[in-house]
Amino acid sequence: MSTLDTAVPGLHEEHHGPAKGLGRWLFTTNHKDIGTLYLWFSLLMFLTGGVMALLIRSELFQPGLQLVEPGFFNQLTTMHGLIMVFGAVMPAFVGLANWMVPLMIGAPDMALPRMNNWSFWILPFAFAILISTLFMDGGAPNFGWTFYAPLSTTYAPPSVTYFIFSIHIMGASSIMGAINIIATILNMRAPGMTMMKLPLFVWTWLITAFLLIAVMPVLAGVVTMMLMDIHFGTSFFNAAGGGDPVLFQHVFWFFGHPEVYIMILPAFGIVSQIIPTFSRKKLFGYASMVYATASIAVLSFLVWAHHMFTVGLPLAGELFFMFATMLIAVPTGVKVFNWVATMYRGSLTFETPMLFAVAFVVLFTIGGFSGLMLAIAPVDFQYHDTYFVVAHFHYVLVPGAIFSIMAGVYYWLPKWTGHMLDERMGKLHFWLSFIGVNITFFPMHFLGLAGMPRRIPDYALQFADFNMIASIGAFIFGFSQLLFVWNVIQNIRSREAATARVWEGAQGLEWEVPSPAPYHTHTTPPKVE
Amino acid sequence: MSAHASYYVPAQSRWPILASVAMFLLAFGAATLVNAITAESGTGVGLMMVLAGALMLGLILVGWFGNVIHESRAGLYNEQMDRSFRWGMSWFIFSEVMFFAAFFGALFYVRTLAVPWLGGEGERGVSQMLWPGFTAEWPLVNPPDAEKFPGPHALVDPWHIPLLNTILLVSSSFTVTLSHHALLRDDRAAIVRWLGLTVLLGIVFLGFQAYEYIHAYTELGLTLHAGVYGATFFILTGFHGLHVTLGTFMLIVILLRVLKGHFDPAHHFGFEAVTWYWHFVDVVWIGLFLFVYVI
Repeated sequence: MSTLDTAVPGLHEEHHGPAKGLGRWLFTTNHKDIGTLYLWFSLLMFLTGGVMALLIRSELFQPGLQLVEPGFFNQLTTMHGLIMVFGAVMPAFVGLANWMVPLMIGAPDMALPRMNNWSFWILPFAFAILISTLFMDGGAPNFGWTFYAPLSTTYAPPSVTYFIFSIHIMGASSIMGAINIIATILNMRAPGMTMMKLPLFVWTWLITAFLLIAVMPVLAGVVTMMLMDIHFGTSFFNAAGGGDPVLFQHVFWFFGHPEVYIMILPAFGIVSQIIPTFSRKKLFGYASMVYATASIAVLSFLVWAHHMFTVGLPLAGELFFMFATMLIAVPTGVKVFNWVATMYRGSLTFETPMLFAVAFVVLFTIGGFSGLMLAIAPVDFQYHDTYFVVAHFHYVLVPGAIFSIMAGVYYWLPKWTGHMLDERMGKLHFWLSFIGVNITFFPMHFLGLAGMPRRIPDYALQFADFNMIASIGAFIFGFSQLLFVWNVIQNIRSREAATARVWEGAQGLEWEVPSPAPYHTHTTPPKVE
Repeated sequence: MSAHASYYVPAQSRWPILASVAMFLLAFGAATLVNAITAESGTGVGLMMVLAGALMLGLILVGWFGNVIHESRAGLYNEQMDRSFRWGMSWFIFSEVMFFAAFFGALFYVRTLAVPWLGGEGERGVSQMLWPGFTAEWPLVNPPDAEKFPGPHALVDPWHIPLLNTILLVSSSFTVTLSHHALLRDDRAAIVRWLGLTVLLGIVFLGFQAYEYIHAYTELGLTLHAGVYGATFFILTGFHGLHVTLGTFMLIVILLRVLKGHFDPAHHFGFEAVTWYWHFVDVVWIGLFLFVYVI
């Protein structure tokens, strides 16, 4: 069997350093490079989606049509949602996974490094397609990020086709990324790193990756059915042919609800890393954290129709989905309890990552409680499609997912750059964000309860005050994110060297390697006791 | 440290970024193309982009897989690497299962809930006001709006071509396994024989499927426009057919590799991955045969 080929390209370059110039980033197979690319891309998308949010809030600053055409307003809400979900939050978590999972489990790299590069580089192209729709005839998609049929089929602008194909390739990217993460965690752990010793960030990502592989193909299926209905005469979502627009909602939310947890489980993981470090205690209830995460993932497949209580479900369906949804509060409650119990009697210090993590626990819990309110089918008839829903999911996504990402970045940045953060500036960013986010989203609860519908550019006069407050908050929050960009850039340029451990209470393999982490780490697997 | 002991981390590669460009061309081109077809404004740029993207992706896959085969045969992959590939392929097949699950779910929903509701079952009588004459049935040959969606006048008889195709595909799962067993005892002639037969069965299956589609369109009136029965019929069988096509390509590739002397009883994950995929395609077909054709 050895009629072997002699010249295998790259055969003896296993321990090369980073390549020079642009090629390093285009052709890289290094998990740290790819993690960095994901994180910068996510930041760019976060700012893009953020500008759209500020345009929306400017329009809503006062009642009446102020700034943009109603049609363009719809495009803004749609694109803001799509960009934030698929462009900002998801890639940020994948970036953190790329950087940290191999470091945490003692692996030399991700399991399939070339596919890892592919997963990333699809994204800029997918978003180029999506964003280009803003400049097309008929405008960008305007049917909301949930793209319900028939708004997204019969009544959609022509650009919907570009939207469909960009979702397809984004999905391919997510599936490949998730396969890579699962293969890495299951197969690349250092000797002695048993499953129940995995850091929680790794555990939560393992479960998230499973969710991604299970539901991204369903998203591909639903956009394919849209494509067929729009262009090839089928009637999946058209009752005239025997189909049903509600079918769209079922398939979409079968993807959509697990997707919600895809955006929060890694956040749980990050917070579960940070709180023990700054409490100088072990995480309280490690095993229960793992089981709680797994239960949330399983339940996420059984609750999708709680997004559809007002669509005309049979009573049995309403009841089933109501109770199944409420069950999720149990494992989530376990998690919140464990975070609080970890802090109890700890030697707490409040460096910037810890501030974001503690704010996460408090504010995410508020978002969780409003979720519980929405889960109650009879009262959801009142809340459905109001600003109460907007308040709810922004509480879990902004001071939830986004705060956890900020916390993670501030926590691991010294490991990436080798420099310590300017704590004063970090804290300034935190407090402005914390205040801004609450001024923006808290009044939306009241607006929603009073009946203000979501996704409209104009509103009745009685909603004016709270809208003005929310808009002011949005600008405080939005502009304080420039401080985040500043902090990251300053950190890269800083000279204050970080130690390997970085934080006094930090535990885990990632803190055993020097800061900045060398280009190749754990080339020989470390031993874990 | 020898290459055998450590996990192989490939050096920089040009394939992924090129593949991303190809995917961009395919996606943007496909959108431009179908929009142009619907607007009846010619196929020009979109078609060019799709063709360029497809050609590019094809060449890239040849080059990329070529690299992987090269590295594998150079002995760079240890057992741990092998396990990464196994996990990768398993989860990829799981993602494919979920893709089909979306369409099967749509079929079950339409059949057991949406169509009976349209017919006025339960408290959902609104649709009765829209189409008072509509009666629920499955297969749905009389859609509510027969002008926009003229139903089929006849259905595909499951006991002719579909049954034949079931026999073909199930047999091909056996022949591919026989080929694998031949590989395990290193009987090269038998590997080629059984693998060749598998490819042949795949191609005959596709031929019958094509014949059935033409028959459905020209004689049965069973089309994409024929209401939701036609929609579910074609999306399920169509995507299955595409997967059989892909699987057949994969079989041909490993057949060529066998002929070149690749694979031995201990190292042949490339071969095994294709057999996994082929079994998956077979299992999906059994689901289709039952739920689309028979029941």
